[in-house]
Amino acid sequence: MAEGSVPAVWRRYPQRYRLVGSKCETCGEFFFPPRIICPNCRRKGKVVEYQFSGRGVVESYTVVHTPPADMEDQAPYVLAIVRLEEGPMLTAQIVDVDPREVKIGMPVRMVFRRISEDGEDGLINYGYKFAPL
Amino acid sequence: MKSGIVGYGVYIPRFRIRAEEIARVWGKNPEAIKNGLGIREKSVPDVDEDSVTIAVEAARNAIKFAGIDPSKIGVVFIGSESPPYAVKPSATIIAEAIGATPDLMAADFEFACKAGTQAMLAVLGLVESGMVEYGLAIGSDTSQGRPGDALEYTAAAGGAAYIIGKEGVIAEIIDYYSFATDTPDFWRREGKEYPRHGARFTGEPAYFKHIISATRRLLEKTGIGLEDVDYFVFHQPNAKFPLRAAKKLGIPKEKVLPGLLNPVIGNTYSGATPLGLAAVLDIAEPGNLIVATSFGSGAGSDSMLIKVTDEIERKRGNTPKVVDYINRKKYLTYGEYVKHRKKLKFD
Repeated sequence: MAEGSVPAVWRRYPQRYRLVGSKCETCGEFFFPPRIICPNCRRKGKVVEYQFSGRGVVESYTVVHTPPADMEDQAPYVLAIVRLEEGPMLTAQIVDVDPREVKIGMPVRMVFRRISEDGEDGLINYGYKFAPL
Repeated sequence: MKSGIVGYGVYIPRFRIRAEEIARVWGKNPEAIKNGLGIREKSVPDVDEDSVTIAVEAARNAIKFAGIDPSKIGVVFIGSESPPYAVKPSATIIAEAIGATPDLMAADFEFACKAGTQAMLAVLGLVESGMVEYGLAIGSDTSQGRPGDALEYTAAAGGAAYIIGKEGVIAEIIDYYSFATDTPDFWRREGKEYPRHGARFTGEPAYFKHIISATRRLLEKTGIGLEDVDYFVFHQPNAKFPLRAAKKLGIPKEKVLPGLLNPVIGNTYSGATPLGLAAVLDIAEPGNLIVATSFGSGAGSDSMLIKVTDEIERKRGNTPKVVDYINRKKYLTYGEYVKHRKKLKFD
C-alpha cells in the first residue's frame, strides 16, 4: 500500500508505533490522532501530548473477505472501530483471533505489527493493530 | 547489590506446525523425526510479524515487569539473525516503539543463535561501568530452514527481552564466561534466503565443545559446584542436544527440563536461551542459582551465573509467562505454513 512519502510516514511514527495522541487540559478531552487546537475550548484550550494506554473495546467491526492486493495473504481479516478507554475511536485490524470470535464490546489491547511495505525494496511500515486482551 | 535483571518479558507467536505435518509433506517417518530431534511442534509467526514486532512485544512486557519509565533506558541492543532490513537498525524501531528515544545508544547484534545473550552481556557491561542506568537487551528471531531440510522441523519464532540495571534487581548476574572459536558449522551468505549447515559437524566440535567449555569454565571461575546450581538452561537447537550436554557435564535432567522449550516451540535462535531462562525465572524462588549457556554457530557460547533475589516475588504477576504463550496456539497445515513464511514465489 502506498503510504505517501518517507517523511510523511516518519512524522507519524509516535502515533503509529505507540499511540501518542493529545489531551486538552482545560476540558479533559482526549484526541487521537493528536490535535493541536482543542475544538471545544479554542484559544482557552491547553493541548498537551498524551500517551494512550492501548486498551479499548471493539465498537464495531467487519470481516474483509475481498482485500486489497497487498492484504490477500491475511484474508479473511477483521477490521474494527476500536474505542480507546480514554474515549477516542480509531480504525484498526484485530489480529490473533478467529473472525467468528470477534464481538462488539470485546476488550482489546494494542499490539505492534507490520502494517504494510512499500514494495520489496521500500520501507516497512510498522504500527498498531489490536488483539483480544 | 550487584547489577542484574530488573525485569524480563517474552513473546511467542500464536501459530504452530506439528513435526508430523512437515514429515507428511516430505515423505519422512514422523516418529523417526520426533525421536531423532525430540520436537513435537514449533512456533510460526503471523504474516504481519517479524523479529522486530516480536522484540517490541517482549520489550513492552519487560518494561511492565520492571516497572520503569522507558525514557530511563540508556541502551537498546537486539540480537537477531533474521532482521527485517539488511541495512537499517532494528534497535531504533524498537526504541521508538517503546518510547525510549532519543537519549540512548542503539545497535543490532548478530552471532547466529547467541546474539541475544551477547546483547545481555554488552548491556551488563554498560550498566556495571555506570555508563547507563538501565539497558534493554533482546534476543528475537523468525528463522527459516530450507523446505525439506532437517532445520525446517525446528526453525521457529519467538523472543525475550531483559531490562538490566542496578536498582530493583530480581536476579543478579553474578558472573559470566564467554568462549568463541572460528568453527564453520552453520552459515548463510549475503542475499541467500536459507542457511547451510555442516550436518553432524554441528554437534561435537560446535555445540558440545562450546556449551561444555563455557559452562565448565564459568563454574571453575566462580568456584560454584554443579550440585549448588538449581537450574541449567542450554541453547536448544533440538530437544536432544541440551540433555546430552547435561549428561556429559553430569547434570540431572530434572535441572534442565524446566528451561527446555524446544519440544513445544522449536528453536527460536537468538530467542532460545533468553526464553529458556525466562521460563526458569517464571518458576524460580529467591536464592535459586541458575546457569544459562547459549550457543551461536560460527561459533561461541556465553554462560551466565544468575542468582534470584527476593524482589522477584514483589514484581511478578503483571505480565504473561512463557507457559501462557505456549498454551495460546493455533495449528497450521503445511500449506498455511508456506503462506505464513512467504515461501511461495509469484515471479
